[in-house]
Amino acid sequence: MDAQSLIARRVALELRSGNLVNLGIGIPTLVANYIPPDLKVFFQSENGLIGTGPIPEQGMAHPLLTDAAGRPITALPGACTFDSAMSFGLIRGGHVDVTVLGGLQVDAEGHLANWMIPGKMVPGMGGAMDLVSGAKRVIVAMQHAAKGKSKIVQKCALPLTSSRPVDLVVTDMAVIGFSGGRITLQETAPGVTVAEVMAVTEADLFIPAEVPQMNI
Amino acid sequence: MKPISAEEAIAMIPNGATVMVGGFMGVGTPERLLDELVRQRKSELSIISNDAAVPGKGVGKLFDAALVSTLTTSHIGLNPNVQKQMMANKVAVNLVPQGTFVERIRAGGCGLGGVLTPTGVGTIVEEGKRKIDVDGKSFLLETALRSDFALIHAFLADYLGNLTYALTARNFNPVMAMAADTVIVTAEHIVPVGVIAPDHVVTPAPLVDYLIANG
Repeated sequence: MDAQSLIARRVALELRSGNLVNLGIGIPTLVANYIPPDLKVFFQSENGLIGTGPIPEQGMAHPLLTDAAGRPITALPGACTFDSAMSFGLIRGGHVDVTVLGGLQVDAEGHLANWMIPGKMVPGMGGAMDLVSGAKRVIVAMQHAAKGKSKIVQKCALPLTSSRPVDLVVTDMAVIGFSGGRITLQETAPGVTVAEVMAVTEADLFIPAEVPQMNI
Repeated sequence: MKPISAEEAIAMIPNGATVMVGGFMGVGTPERLLDELVRQRKSELSIISNDAAVPGKGVGKLFDAALVSTLTTSHIGLNPNVQKQMMANKVAVNLVPQGTFVERIRAGGCGLGGVLTPTGVGTIVEEGKRKIDVDGKSFLLETALRSDFALIHAFLADYLGNLTYALTARNFNPVMAMAADTVIVTAEHIVPVGVIAPDHVVTPAPLVDYLIANG
């Protein structure tokens, strides 16, 4: 299994029937591929849809039905559409149960940086700041390291997305939580040892006596 | 309401005007009005739009033609032309979190001075803004946004100017239709009064100043 599918598969285990879920662009989008059929999750697309369905079959795309990246999608039975004020009212108002976002850095306090690299890349924050500030639960889905550098850092050097800490980080090597106010190694990926995780983690991880393997 | 041509409508917009443009990544954007802005070479525009779309599509066309001096937006990541023009100091880009962006426009359209939002507290977005504590929680005061013109795209418009929208093409359109001095609308279909049931009207006719005739 490639790293991205592994992350998406593990994040999918966090979702519960009835959840209203917003998936960010990139690895988070893949999470929808791993939802068991009996799990009824509502996916929100922040451009104004609850009930986002899979990519349409060839020739069935509608130019006025797209995801937040402008790509054609479908709408499931029971879907509804709304304007952007409503969409972000849902997000900021705590009505979204879970958001899954990509990340550039997460630090020991759970702070996420994911919207700019000063002087290099300034795409804009889009909806990320509202999602982290308002969703009930924030999960970061990202590679553990980039070009050999840990993305789990002691303190974010990049501009923060929110002062609100995230709840869970799922990487290709580990699941990291923040319960009890400290950054904790909760699980390792199949075939990855605790020592290997520690070797590519800059933050001072708390290691419990028992660290189970991801159940995927 | 007597519909007018895109040419007549855009001729009313002076160089340097502040213009809101509906749409999300070019979906729900009044493309015919943007094409006409480019054709008439209206320049030094201050554009208020959720994103910069992509080159050749939506507001992206205005940057292809270098007609924009200021852009207030939440995302420019998929339009390399805007990034280049920003780095070369040809376009001033004000980045605003998307939920704050829409609430500032909503406030502008609803007669409010601004809104209090938790989004951006403790980040660089709070720089230069007033922080206000309410019941022990910190909020940023984000001021209202209005414009001279709003360019709106609807799905149905009736002869009076009542509007409905389709699927994800609704997005910022109904909010922007409240927040500009002059509101100009294109619609996929112009239909007789009564086709849109009263319960289904999203933007009431009195908000629409000009409806563009369909060809």
